[in-house]
Amino acid sequence: MANYQEIIDTYKDLPGGLIEAYHAIQREYSYIPEEAVFAAAQAFNIPKAEAYGVATFYSYLKVGKRGKNVIRICESAPCHIAGADKVVAALEKELGIKMGESTADGVFALEFAECVGQCQATPVITVNCKPYFDVTPEKIPTILAEYK
Amino acid sequence: MAEEMRIVLRNLDKIDPLKIDDYLAVGGYKSLQKARTMSRLEVIEEVKKSGLRGRGGAGFNCGMKWSFSYNIDSDQKYVVCNADEGEPGTYKDRIIMENDPQTLLEGMAICGYAIGSNKGYIYCRGEYPYVVEILNQAIAQAKGKGVLGDFDIEVRMGAGAYVCGEESALIESIEGHRGEPRFKPPFPPVEGLWGKPTIVNNVETFANIPVILEKGGDWYKGIGAASYPGTKVLTLTGDVVNRTFVEVPTNTTIREVIYGFGGGIIGGKNFKAVQIGGTSGGFIPEAFLDTPIDFDSMTAIGAVLGSGAVFVMDETRDIVDVVERIAKFFEHESCGKCTPCREGTKRMHEMMHNVNSGTARAGDLDLMEKLGGVMGVACLCGLGQAAPAPVLTTLKHFRTDYAAKFN
Repeated sequence: MANYQEIIDTYKDLPGGLIEAYHAIQREYSYIPEEAVFAAAQAFNIPKAEAYGVATFYSYLKVGKRGKNVIRICESAPCHIAGADKVVAALEKELGIKMGESTADGVFALEFAECVGQCQATPVITVNCKPYFDVTPEKIPTILAEYK
Repeated sequence: MAEEMRIVLRNLDKIDPLKIDDYLAVGGYKSLQKARTMSRLEVIEEVKKSGLRGRGGAGFNCGMKWSFSYNIDSDQKYVVCNADEGEPGTYKDRIIMENDPQTLLEGMAICGYAIGSNKGYIYCRGEYPYVVEILNQAIAQAKGKGVLGDFDIEVRMGAGAYVCGEESALIESIEGHRGEPRFKPPFPPVEGLWGKPTIVNNVETFANIPVILEKGGDWYKGIGAASYPGTKVLTLTGDVVNRTFVEVPTNTTIREVIYGFGGGIIGGKNFKAVQIGGTSGGFIPEAFLDTPIDFDSMTAIGAVLGSGAVFVMDETRDIVDVVERIAKFFEHESCGKCTPCREGTKRMHEMMHNVNSGTARAGDLDLMEKLGGVMGVACLCGLGQAAPAPVLTTLKHFRTDYAAKFN
């Protein structure tokens, strides 16, 4: 696994590269370690508060540990009327965790998302941004098996 | 029935999007070549003549916008493509970028030539990392062929903030900051990315440009509605038989979209409402279904064309429940910079929740209308200004649904 300092150094000379650096860190870690935020502040020569402010502004960035495979359930109106709540219940039951939590083995994280732009096949969930279409509670075990 | 007309999706299923040779074989980059034989002003005049208005939702005259940046003498100018489509129910820009990325690059390069810019950015939403890959491949191929000349394009990825669809928030995000909108003026065409003149246009807007240069502004002006010419890509979601995308002339009516292209309501049920333009759009009752979808006709009925999302609800849908969900969306997506939006979206969601769960107080509906009115004028950016629209339009057209929650 690439060290976050090395990743940050790759982006520090890119104008406005802080968010790109955070994305790259998440591709390795699935989250942004808190120390990486402070390292980024130093590399981009901005106050820690600003580096932290950016990292916590965007819902796809997460400071602090979470599961390796991030499952997001779209909750926006088209998915809402298509039964997203049943998918949420099925995921929580299957993984034994609540929305916003990660499994104890660190394999999965469960998050709400707003529209992921795949509204031709609602409800939609994504795992590490890969979309799954017309999701029903019955489909959940098969989807999760891909990542176990 | 009205016919589909493909301008921005003209190459759909006809070319391999990842092969630039396919795009070149169907005449790709000829419009850019043509533009470069014209004067910059002639290019802008041609776009102005077409009457093309922004396809991201604000509907500003595209050529006019370009002329603002053209008129400024600056050592650096930028062309930015807004590919941050975040309006729930919208995926038209994804369809364009997945199927014909080169047409977007060509449109941006034409803009670059017209305003005098050699640097473009595509700000693609974080939900679409697979589209970012397509765009990067397309850029590499275009550079390899040398078709872009000295115009450079870079992709930046958003990270799940709806507000970044607002152009000044998007610019802040490219600069590596929190995506909070700026106070305007100055507007981006004058002072945008890193303080330089910047044109921000939507994916669909740019995708129209090569065709306008090829066939001429007069040709384009003759398509669809006179005040908002051309086509619009719509995405149909909800209780409609064909949940699909369609590109239609802008004089097509809502009824033709839902019952023609959409195939009507699932299960033969009755229509209840349609929300057009994304989650910030107004709810439209049956009485207005014969309205053409163009920008001004939609505004005239108190709705919007917006992003072109068409979210259909059948007679069994609980409108108040749907609007509560939408109110939650805005509370979540408000960036928090201005008080009317930060507090307003929170209180609106709170009241919608109370109404929906049967715990609202008498007078709450009037209070919601008042709050919505204040937000419409007092919020800093379009997010907060449009956020109350679903509440206000449903209070207007579906008040009995609200009243039923008090029983």
